[in-house]
Amino acid sequence: MSGKGEDRPTGGRGVACGPAKARRPGANGGPPDGGGPDTIYLDSAATSRPFVEVAEAVREIMERSYGNPSSRHTLGLGAAAAVRRSREILARVIGADPTEIVFTGGGSEANNLALKGVAWAHVRSGKHVVLSAVEHPSVIEAARWLESFLGFELSLVNPDRDGAVRPEAIEAAVRPDTVLVSLMHVNNEVGTVQPVGEVGRRLLGLKGTDGRRKGLPLFHVDAVQSLGRMAVDVRAMGADLLTVSGHKVHGPKGVGALYVARGVRLVPLVHGGGHEAGRRSGTENVPGIVGFGEALSGLLDHGPDEVGRRLSELKDLLLATVRARCAGVVVNGDGDTTAARPRSAPHILNLSFPGIPGEVLQHHLERSGVYVSTGSACSSHHRGRRSHVLQAMGLPEDVVDSAVRLSFSVLNTPAEAEEAGLRIAAAVEELSERGGRG
Amino acid sequence: MTSERVIAGMATSDGGGAGERFRSVYLDHAATTPVRREVAEAMAHYMLTDYGNASSVHSFGRRAAEATEEARARVADLMGARPEEVVFMSGGTEADNMSIRGSLAAYSDRGRHVVTTKIEHHAVLHTCEELEKEGLAEVTYLPVDRTATVDPDDVAKAIRPDTVLVSVMFANNEVGTIQPIMEIGRTCREKGVLFHTDAVQAFGAVPFSVDEMGIDLMSVSSHKLYGPKGVGALYVRKGRRIRPLIHGGGHERKRRAGTSNVPGVVGFGLAAELARKEMDDRVRRLTALRDRLIDGLLGRVEFSHLNGHPTRRLPNNVNVSFEFVEGESILLSLDKKGIAASSGSACTSGSLEPSHVLLAMGIPPEVAHGSVRMTLGTQNTDEDVDYVLEVLPGVIERLRAMSPLHAKAVAERAREAAGRPGERCESGPVTPGAR
Repeated sequence: MSGKGEDRPTGGRGVACGPAKARRPGANGGPPDGGGPDTIYLDSAATSRPFVEVAEAVREIMERSYGNPSSRHTLGLGAAAAVRRSREILARVIGADPTEIVFTGGGSEANNLALKGVAWAHVRSGKHVVLSAVEHPSVIEAARWLESFLGFELSLVNPDRDGAVRPEAIEAAVRPDTVLVSLMHVNNEVGTVQPVGEVGRRLLGLKGTDGRRKGLPLFHVDAVQSLGRMAVDVRAMGADLLTVSGHKVHGPKGVGALYVARGVRLVPLVHGGGHEAGRRSGTENVPGIVGFGEALSGLLDHGPDEVGRRLSELKDLLLATVRARCAGVVVNGDGDTTAARPRSAPHILNLSFPGIPGEVLQHHLERSGVYVSTGSACSSHHRGRRSHVLQAMGLPEDVVDSAVRLSFSVLNTPAEAEEAGLRIAAAVEELSERGGRG
Repeated sequence: MTSERVIAGMATSDGGGAGERFRSVYLDHAATTPVRREVAEAMAHYMLTDYGNASSVHSFGRRAAEATEEARARVADLMGARPEEVVFMSGGTEADNMSIRGSLAAYSDRGRHVVTTKIEHHAVLHTCEELEKEGLAEVTYLPVDRTATVDPDDVAKAIRPDTVLVSVMFANNEVGTIQPIMEIGRTCREKGVLFHTDAVQAFGAVPFSVDEMGIDLMSVSSHKLYGPKGVGALYVRKGRRIRPLIHGGGHERKRRAGTSNVPGVVGFGLAAELARKEMDDRVRRLTALRDRLIDGLLGRVEFSHLNGHPTRRLPNNVNVSFEFVEGESILLSLDKKGIAASSGSACTSGSLEPSHVLLAMGIPPEVAHGSVRMTLGTQNTDEDVDYVLEVLPGVIERLRAMSPLHAKAVAERAREAAGRPGERCESGPVTPGAR
């Protein structure tokens, strides 16, 4: 790495990129960020910082109202009531009934429960699953397990170049023995909004009406990235199952949920005491569940449209700042949030600067206090392995290798977005000069 | 404050939830424990300051990953294991599910027979039943004696050539009996089968050494040892194969997908560290409180019996049956007096069926119905025990006043006592309080 510029980019030569200014120690009313005063955290799609109110609620529950919801004494009843309130909040947010919510240990577990649970329950009705090629690893790997362990067949539907899957392509992949279609609402790497509503409508016409095939194929939507940033309505989507996660919406890690429409059968992944109406055993993670509900309440305070509007503003501002300085920037996916029916989530922006490896840019940005990622955090263990999402989109190699993901939250400010844009431009400028890319 | 909305009006351990002020004595630590202050503080740091995703390659991620690994080492220390043998999970139940399902899948070439006991936690029993239903396992359920102890000879006899796994809990969650783990471990080693133990209740309560005990797989939970809920771990001895329950990203060495619950894991690690440091003190203090509570109750209340083993039991477990009363009624009365206890495991307290553990021990259903579990914790004091000894006998007496069976038993005893001098000197009925 370069010996110059320990904490900030040197930028400014040839490109109008002002040096980073120190800012916002302890913004948003919390303690200072772990990254220091220069920190601009743009990795909320990997995990978001819990709201201060969430952390307080979690702590209160852990230290004072710590009962086991299955206990029937006062402390237990109080814990059960707190879980019930969070269940109601989540149900309201996604347009479900509280009895249709199953709390889990996170989004990956919920995705596994959806795929394996449905497959086990309907194994005699068909052994075929349809999913997009750009699903989260927890969906793809769970489906692979169905393939190898239960003898299922998979149809992976590729997206277009902008990352979106065409509803007719999904429909065409459905067979008489399909038990489940799984499609994410928003892609975690490029932010593309999938046409889940349209797919849900088309599937309605394909569902069996009697016998073993009644209600099949079921429709599962992974809404981990969209919850709290866009409207998520299980009825409007026609979803039978829907996955959400706490730590992506300023709630705690270690908690998620699966919406299971009334009447949908699934075999649990975790057996035991019969918690969560027999669908997921294990003592409820009360602080986690309460924190999740608290986080959703906090977001609702902003109003669902208001959150999306603010996030889009940050994304547009950063993109405009970079575009004005780096003509060669490539936006992966459909970066436009302004269309009447945006096909891009308001909080995820995936950019490529061909010629500069994404990892190099990411490390360089980190030294200037800007935290981004090169893909999903989940696949970052497999270093050197290319993003399956960008590859499925059919993007050229140099675009795939140079991609960085920027993701915003309501805790980011417009000033941060602009400043981050400047730092990115400066980093790109410096790295391309060094690489002799002129 | 938004936090008010969700948690307003919640009962707290200091009795703030009710109108009447009373002494508040929490005696349900086997169900769950309060989180220690320093544990909560450590967790808050990883929620508000170092909140990164442990899989991220930047410094937020690295700090989260380092904290996770430190916690792993702490949990491993308390087990007497190596850090790489610890797989974090969402809790003890998930760990039980994975250990059984995951090892059967990994060793399907050996067979599909499992040996377990009738007194396991439902996480083990229901998993076994489900596997039987799916045709993936054959299961032998071993009996226990009157003290809820499994006979290691029974284990040895039950092992067949196609046995993959023996699963025997370390200590029972209802009656606290500690099993002869060393002997069972040795037997399993000799016979070449895997040994899993559900140590959810024992971990943090008694000293551990997975090597000496011959354990291959072990389930533990954080919220039973003053750590947070939603976290647990599965110990997997190095070299033993296991298939994951949850697939996805490559977390936990590909054994458990899902973003690491960093604050939870950190809290668990610290709680384990505190348990290790305070082990001797905790065991000594709790054992003394336990025995005083047991002796006090059996001495003060007639027709009462201790369930479980008199000495080989968890330092914090008291389980007593009171004849002629319903456990549920006792609990309600105790709760009104600020005492939180339970009638069995919290997990099944919603059902009115008598405990499967007490029935397996050969305790008659009508006696099993009148059992109360009181599990002590580090915050309990001598005064708490005094308070229970002051309140509970009165509660039992009031409830028995409504019982014709009790009146009959007392009358019979009085008749026998009165008639005894004139009759042949043979032994009378069972002395009250005796087991």
